[in-house]
Amino acid sequence: MQINIHAPYKDRVQQALGDSNLRAAVSKATDRMTDARLAAMGAIEGQTLRAQVRQMKEHVLRQWPDYLLQLEMNLRRNGCIVHWAEGIADAQEIVKDIALQNGADLVVKSKSMATEEIHLNQALEEAGLRVVETDLGEYIIQLADEPPSHIVAPVIHKRLEEIAEVFEEKLDMPPTREASKMTALARAKLRREFFDAGMGISGCNFAIAETGTICIVTNEGNGRMVSSMPRVYVAVMGIEKIVPTVEDAFLQLQALCRSATGQQLTVYCSMTSGPRQAGDADGPEQVHVVLLDNGRSGMLARGYGEALLCIRCGACLNVCPVYQEIGGHAYGGVYNGPIGAVISPALAPEIARFKELPHATSLCGACREACPVQIDLPRLLLDLRSDLVEQGAAPKLEGWGIKGYARVMSSRRMYEKLGKLASISSNLYANLSGGNIQFLPPPLSGWTAYRDFAPFAPKSFREWWRERKLQ
Amino acid sequence: MRKATFARKPRRVALFVTCMVDMLYPNVGIATCELLEKNGIEVIFPLEQTCCGQPAFNAGYRDEARQLARRFLSIFGPMVENGHVEGIVTPSGSCATMTSHFYEVIFQEAQEMNLSHQAERLASVTFELTEFLVDVLGLESSGATVQGKATYHPCCHLYRELRVDEQPRKLLAGVEGLEMVELPHADDCCGFGGLFAIKNSGISAAMGRAKAKWAQQSGADVIVLCDVSCMTHINGILSREGATCRALHIAEILNDQLGSHLHPPPEPAAPEADHPRRWSESG
Repeated sequence: MQINIHAPYKDRVQQALGDSNLRAAVSKATDRMTDARLAAMGAIEGQTLRAQVRQMKEHVLRQWPDYLLQLEMNLRRNGCIVHWAEGIADAQEIVKDIALQNGADLVVKSKSMATEEIHLNQALEEAGLRVVETDLGEYIIQLADEPPSHIVAPVIHKRLEEIAEVFEEKLDMPPTREASKMTALARAKLRREFFDAGMGISGCNFAIAETGTICIVTNEGNGRMVSSMPRVYVAVMGIEKIVPTVEDAFLQLQALCRSATGQQLTVYCSMTSGPRQAGDADGPEQVHVVLLDNGRSGMLARGYGEALLCIRCGACLNVCPVYQEIGGHAYGGVYNGPIGAVISPALAPEIARFKELPHATSLCGACREACPVQIDLPRLLLDLRSDLVEQGAAPKLEGWGIKGYARVMSSRRMYEKLGKLASISSNLYANLSGGNIQFLPPPLSGWTAYRDFAPFAPKSFREWWRERKLQ
Repeated sequence: MRKATFARKPRRVALFVTCMVDMLYPNVGIATCELLEKNGIEVIFPLEQTCCGQPAFNAGYRDEARQLARRFLSIFGPMVENGHVEGIVTPSGSCATMTSHFYEVIFQEAQEMNLSHQAERLASVTFELTEFLVDVLGLESSGATVQGKATYHPCCHLYRELRVDEQPRKLLAGVEGLEMVELPHADDCCGFGGLFAIKNSGISAAMGRAKAKWAQQSGADVIVLCDVSCMTHINGILSREGATCRALHIAEILNDQLGSHLHPPPEPAAPEADHPRRWSESG
């Protein structure tokens, strides 16, 4: 079942909760990735690695402009063409222009969240180009016309049978349930596209400032094909994806691979430091790097800079009990899970555009423990809630409720009186209904829709205390 | 963690009972109080106390949270500062997290540094009940005897914010007659999350049902925890499902008061002759 990510939040969640296949697929895969992460981080001094990567990323943010300029300088020195894109429209224009100027009509892409963020495929297709995703997971969801539902495992929401159905329908594949057959078919189809493509596009897992190098990690080798076979290669990178030195790059690579898939190292790590030089056997003739802001500098300015430390490993999604229940599409944005609940609103021009997301969490903190950069996601979610209230984006009724609660709790007299009243009325109710409270009026009906509520105690603790003192 | 150390055993503590225990689960408060007294601690209960303000903070209403935090500090602050009590003990990991982690944060952001520092000082002597019993009093066993099978659920704030986990497990292991069984996926959140349980009730309940499922699969009669908010959620689910297993605050087990003070568990829909409710019959 496909969740319409443009439907209202409540509908998306309802749809997701009603889909037991989705839950089964998501929790199976996320549990597996979590086990792999724990094993991989446990095999080394995982906590030290986390602390070091965080320190390095914090250092970058403190000297962000300097490192960006250093990166730009070194990219140019290596012969890359550097573009700065402030927002979605700029980034789309830049990439479109590169394609049109080079007469490319087929574009192959390696998996990239940054290009999802700027809806690049749609923009290029509207300009008449054909765009082919070459990561197997991305290829499947492109065929199914769905957005990715996980940062590193885009097709996590689909079971094998569902993928087979997509292949049968879109690629005329004879019915099979064998993953290897499906993979072989995709591989054959994609091989042709790599040869024919006039342009390759990837994201960027990290860029090394001191050498002007773009790094992408993949397990299928498609990233290397995209970055080396077509005549033109474009890397779209979020401006926070920067590391100072080669050493730092390998530090981050460790954290990324171990946290994302539990690998010591991905099968491929492709590093591009400029176009083909005279005498090189292969490589692209042009290398373009699009440095994408799209709300990132604003995030830092608005107090959500900590989320810029994120290296997009997806570990927080895998441990999140909310993500396990509803999957990625219910979040309705490009990013999902705990980090998505922070950066979707924080990257948006108005955080209120994603006002439900900071509340789509029980704040259990499992994400913070999994994060290889130790991002305090619960704290950021609480800050977003506070900002929503300050911007007047919270429901009026909720505001009155909280103000009323604060007033009652500010006065011992009111607290005791209302406590007594609640005790008498809830016990009357409970006695009538035979035990627990099963129906409450809105908004508390949210509770009783799924669970009972115990009545207030006939005698409060403080009454017990006072009576005991008198004895 | 920056917790105060005591040269000798403290003599007197203030009980921060929490509003939920006060109004909904007084037996948990009584058990807490009696446990402390049994171990030679004099308990002071400041009657002015109400709520720590966590619901407001959790929902994003920082002004209202500060209003209640100021009130809390004005009640408990002088008691500690005058040496009237040596610590603050509370039977809740979640409310302890609010007063000892988040108070500093909300006063810092409002540039009320005096209050932030006061909160920080109070935090160093604020203890969750089992943390106090084990870390401060050095208790090995509470001396309770309970026949039955139990499992332990680490509540998120206690486990991940306060990092208290060994203490309750140790005390439970010391209860005579109590068989502890493993809870699968123990550290998954029960789905309560305060306002989350109302705002995202569908997701919250799905998480609660998963917790209830694992609790029942563990074969335990009760699922023991250190927060009545999570207990309310898990019991609400179990009650709706007509399950015999139920959640119980640790203080009630440690204080040996099972059977005499408990809220009666819900009647199961059908008589279950082969599954006696021996938990409530014990004690």
